[in-house]
Formats: sequence, structure tokens, C-alpha cells
Amino acid sequence: MARVYLDHNASAPVRPEARAAAAEAMAVAGNASSVHGDGRRARALLEDARDKVAALAGALPREVVFTSGATEANNLALAGCGRRLLASAVEHPSVLAAAGSPIPVDGEGLIDLAALERLLGEDDAPALVSAMAANNETGAIQPLGEIVALARRHGALVHCDAVQAAGRSAGPWREADLISLSGHKLGGLQGAGALIVRDGVALDACQRGGGQELGRRAGTEPLPAIAAFAAAAAATAADDLDALARWRDGLQDAILAAAPETVVLAGAAPRLANTLCAAHPALDAETMVIAFDLAGISISAGAACSSGKMAPSHVAIAMGRGDLARCALRFRFGWSSRASDAAAAAVCWRKVSARRAA
Amino acid sequence: MAAVATPVYLDCHATTPLDGRVLAAMRPWLEEGFGNPHSGEHAFGRRAAAAADEARAQTAALIGATAREIVFTSGATESNNLAIKGAARFERRHRQRRDKIVTLASEHKCVLESVRDLEREGFRAVVLPVLKSGKADLAALERAIDDKTLLVSAMAANNEIGVLHPLAAIAALARAKGALFHSDAAQAGGRIPLDVEADGIDLMSLSGHKLYGPKGIGALYVRHRPRARLEPLFSGGGQERGLRSGTLPAPLAVGLGAACALAGEVLVEEAARLSGLRHRFLQGLGERAAGLTLNGDASDRLAGNISLTVAGVEAAALMAEVPELAFSTGSACTSAEIQPSWVLTAIGLSAAEAASTIRIGLGRFTTAAEVDFAVCRLAAAIARCRHRAPGAPAAVDAAAVPA
Repeated sequence: MARVYLDHNASAPVRPEARAAAAEAMAVAGNASSVHGDGRRARALLEDARDKVAALAGALPREVVFTSGATEANNLALAGCGRRLLASAVEHPSVLAAAGSPIPVDGEGLIDLAALERLLGEDDAPALVSAMAANNETGAIQPLGEIVALARRHGALVHCDAVQAAGRSAGPWREADLISLSGHKLGGLQGAGALIVRDGVALDACQRGGGQELGRRAGTEPLPAIAAFAAAAAATAADDLDALARWRDGLQDAILAAAPETVVLAGAAPRLANTLCAAHPALDAETMVIAFDLAGISISAGAACSSGKMAPSHVAIAMGRGDLARCALRFRFGWSSRASDAAAAAVCWRKVSARRAA
Repeated sequence: MAAVATPVYLDCHATTPLDGRVLAAMRPWLEEGFGNPHSGEHAFGRRAAAAADEARAQTAALIGATAREIVFTSGATESNNLAIKGAARFERRHRQRRDKIVTLASEHKCVLESVRDLEREGFRAVVLPVLKSGKADLAALERAIDDKTLLVSAMAANNEIGVLHPLAAIAALARAKGALFHSDAAQAGGRIPLDVEADGIDLMSLSGHKLYGPKGIGALYVRHRPRARLEPLFSGGGQERGLRSGTLPAPLAVGLGAACALAGEVLVEEAARLSGLRHRFLQGLGERAAGLTLNGDASDRLAGNISLTVAGVEAAALMAEVPELAFSTGSACTSAEIQPSWVLTAIGLSAAEAASTIRIGLGRFTTAAEVDFAVCRLAAAIARCRHRAPGAPAAVDAAAVPA
């Protein structure tokens, strides 16, 4: 039986469009910085990709800085700005590592705007507010419109990690001054991402060398991965988000019906259509993930970062649900999902939870 | 002359074409094995992790390292930044005994820029001139490296003139003073035998797309015993044993591993073949055009490298004259820049000589027919350029080319 993949927020399968674009780019011999014909062909592919990624983020092509991925984009945004950093407690580890005391979130994982306003007013040093557009674990969509307006009133810039929201939510994340994007979470290849740097935002490069990407990120651009990123970005326009929401909601209903004591994290917040984070207080997440894996279904619990170790969810802790931090299971649908995936996950949940609870 | 498909690609120092065998190794990972290699919890992720482990072992084997000493990065620019800034910042944060970095004037721009960044952070930098042959001046290095030196960085092979530095000798000088030795082997990896153990190298940068692998992946060798300690450039998920956060691009890593394995098999034979092609090129062009000078040491150089100064001819004009040949005027990063190449300046060329210099990189897929074709077209183009710029040497002088 074919395996069921429900871990799209960790990495999505490569889309056929992305594979074709990567294959086309691999056939071009040149380095996009070379002047000769092969180099110019590579450059043309690169600039075409830049247009597509810019369109995804509502940006100008010159505002797109290609990076090796979102971790680098996040690091570049935070270090390159040289500003006092305010980041929410539910951010990705690559953001949290650079932040001091985090902006608290409410029980749904949404940024406490009053607390943000207080933090912005505490210090006159120019600030950078870093807020993810949608959380990778729960799918909760932050009120970016309000956050941007609040930051602007205080002369602060806003960085938005839109890795999960891009292509899945139109939302106001496009208004941020700096935006991190990832190719492989959209169905591109691992190895390419971007930082959108709005015109007028001063950014110091972290990685220096050949002056690529208008001096903001040195290194030969990874053309196949970038072309795949762009093709995947363009392909998201045709994704059926309503279907994802239906399958997600169906799975959620089935889980709650089977075990009403299950908590859906961020269940009352606006959420990405593809994400469900469910925690049963009596069921250990690690055990559940292994049970699902044996049944041929890939889901996750701890963030897919440092290999092997399953840490308690820092997102659940920040939401005041530390009691569920080792129970939170994540089901993440995507472009390759089918209705039968949700059904298979529901059946598996019923079997496993009945066995565990018995 | 055999039929030749144009354009003929002669710029293998800028980037190399992806080898079909490398693509074949990557293909299943592009199509099916898409898991995040850090998702250890499910089968997709574990398969990706296993593939990455094999790639790590293959990459290590090319340079005589062990798998755990390989950190995957996005490419050689990142590897160089990580090695140099990482070593310096670790020293500052944890030891504060050493503050000096020694490097060479002919290094890649990302090495020189990394060193300049560190100068702004308060480190002392010594950028030594090189000999007219392009080789490192060992006596000058010995004088410059002292017990305050934390890092010496010297590339294995130059990206413009192909010259090889005596790595073992430089490593010995660094080690004698307790400094780390880093070598940028972006150009040398897969082209000459490298052995980090035999040569005493602590940190070594590799690039995927310079050895017929994919763009977007590179590696940094980080010596385990005695351990070379680095501060990471990025923070995040703690991948690559904390040295390089970010999702490891498993398909690209598989490509780098396959490219390294392949290079290890064919390296010696390939170098001999390229050396023959280079001789054929220089001899052929020398018979048809005068006023040619090969830059850099004639024997200690990459087999496929030809850095040629063509007296009285603007390199840019020459390139425009032969669009059917893809070669360059210097390193790709800066090929759109107007300033003369600092590598050529470092070996004593004047600005005018540097502006008359072309760089040709022969590679795995270059054929003898292509070399012959390039020689004919280049010779004719040189003649046309000189015809338009009177005063340049017109007579044929075969002896001008050391082949």
C-alpha cells in the first residue's frame, strides 16, 4: 500500500512543475554571473524565477534575495537589520535564537497586541518585530495587518516568516518589510528560499563574496532549486485550499468524535486550511507518531529540526498548554493529499487511541 | 574537423555541467524521496537521512576525511564564510588568545571579504602577496604566521590562473604556531588528489557545482581530532551538529556525494586527458597567433586551466567576437565588473594586460574536436581584433606560448 504523507509543513513532495523546471535548469551549463551565452541563459532563468517568487509575495523582482532556504533568510533578516529584535514566543527556532524576551501569545497562539505595544514603547532604539504569518505547528494565522500598523506607528520594521503561509493564505503578510520564504515547503526542492527586502530597507549581508543578489547574499545562485521554487510558487495558485480544509475538518471531527477530550490547538483561531494540531492528554505524541508510521502514515510531533530528538512543543508551552507539549500531533495536508489520506488518518487514530487508552 | 555543437562550453571554473550520472543518482530523490531528513519520526524522513549519510561518507572519502567531519552548506561561499568567520568568532568568544588571520592576495573574493568583515569586528588581517608564478611565498608566510595567528587561509587551486599552492607546507607552518589552516578547495575538489590527513588541513571548503554536481550544495570539512572549533553563522534547528542550521537539501546532498564518488574514480585519468587537451589548445593557438602569454606556474596548475594574456586585444571585445565559445575574462562573480582582476594584479600584470586576459576552463565533457574548433575560431577572432586595433603584434610567433 502506498504510504500516506501528512507532513507537508516539514517538507512537501516535489511538484511535477517544479521537477520539470529543475530539469530544465540543470540542462543549462552556465553560472548566472557569467557574461557568455550560457551564463546569460542561466541569468534569464534566474530572473524569470525572481519574477514568479516576487509575484507570490506581492513584491518587486529587485526586492527578492535568493538564499539557501528560510533558516538563512530568517538569520539574514534579523542580523542584517542591526535592530533591537522583538519576536513572538511561537516563532521558529532560527528566529527565537536571536531574540531576547519574547512577545507573549494568547491561548490560541496569537500575538498579544497590547504586550507588543508595551514592548515597542519601552525602548527608543529602532526595533524589528518578527512575527510568523502562520504557525508551522498549529497553522494559527497571526494578525499581521494589525502588527504591521502597530509597528509602523512606533517606527519599527516588521519581519515576517511566511514559510507556511505563502501559497496557502493570501493574508496581509505581504505588507511586512522583510519576508522569509522557503521553496521546499511549497513543493519545490530543498536548498532554495528567499528573503524579500522591501525597497528602502537597509540590510547588511551576512555572507560576503562575489556580490550576487545585489550584494545582499554572496554565492552562486542554486539555479535548479530556485527554478523549482518559482515553479512551485506559481503552481500554488491552482491549489484547492477548500478541499484541504474539508479533509482537515473531516479528520478533526473524526478525532473529536472518537475522543472528545482531545484538544485542537489554535482551534478557535483563524488557521491555515491544511494544518491540524491535536493533543490527547493521555496519549504520548512520540508513541503515536511511531504507531502511525508503522501503519504507513507520516505525521509529526516535535519540529523537524535537529535530527532524531523529539523535544516538547515550544509552541504549546507558549500557548499556556505545557501540559499538552508532549501530546501535540500534527497533521499537515498539501498539494499531493487525497481525500483518502484524511480517512486513513482517522481510521488509524481510532485504532491506536483505542489500543493506548485501553 | 568533426562537427561541433555550439556554443562550446569552456568555462569550467565558473561552473561545470551536471554529470548525467550525478543527475541519475539524484533523480529518485527529486521524484519520490522528498522527506525532510530531520523528520526522524517517519519513514520518508529516515530514508532522506540515510541518503544524506551516504552522501556525507562519499564526500569525506574524496578528501581523506571521515563522514562526521563533513558539514553540508549551500556552497563554497558559505563554507568559506563559515570557516573563516566561524573560527575567528569562536576564538573571540571562548579563548581570546589569538586575533590574527593570514591569507593571500589571490584568494577568492568570498575569502577576502570574510577577512575584511572580521577586520571590521576588530581582528587583524594580513593579506600576503603571492609570487609571480601565482604560488604562495612560503618565506613570507613563515614570517607572517605567529603565535597570535588563529587562522591561515590559502586556496588549494586558484579560480583564475589554476595555480596550486603547496598545502602541506603551508599547513606545517600554521601548525607550528598553533594556528588553524583552512583551504578553499572549490576549484581543486575532484580535480587534484586531496588528503586532509596527509596535508594537515583543519578546514576545507568544497563546492558541488564545480565538480559536475548540483548548484546549491557545498561542504566544509571540519577536523575532528584535534578538533577545529567554529561558531555557526546561522542559528535555528541545530542541524549539522549545530554548525549549520537549516533543512539539509537531501537531493542536492545526494548529488554532491555522487559527484564526489565519481570524481574520485576518474580524477587521475581525467587530469591526464585535460592536460593533453590543454597542450593541444596552446600549441594550436600558438601556431596561429602571436603575443600569447600563459599566466601562472606552468606545471603546478589545474590540468584544465588556461589563463591567457592576448597582447593588444581587449578580452571583452574578443569574447563578443566569438559568441560560439563560452569562456570568460575572469571569475564569474565579478565578470561584469570593470576593475582589473586582483588575481592577475597580484601576479604582476598591468591593468592593460589584465584587460587582455581570457580564462578558459576545460572540463570532463570537453572534446578534442571542441578544442580544435575553439582554436580556429579564437585565432581568427584575435586576428580580426588586432586588425581593428593597429600597433599590435601581427606576425605569427609560435615560440611565444609555453605549452
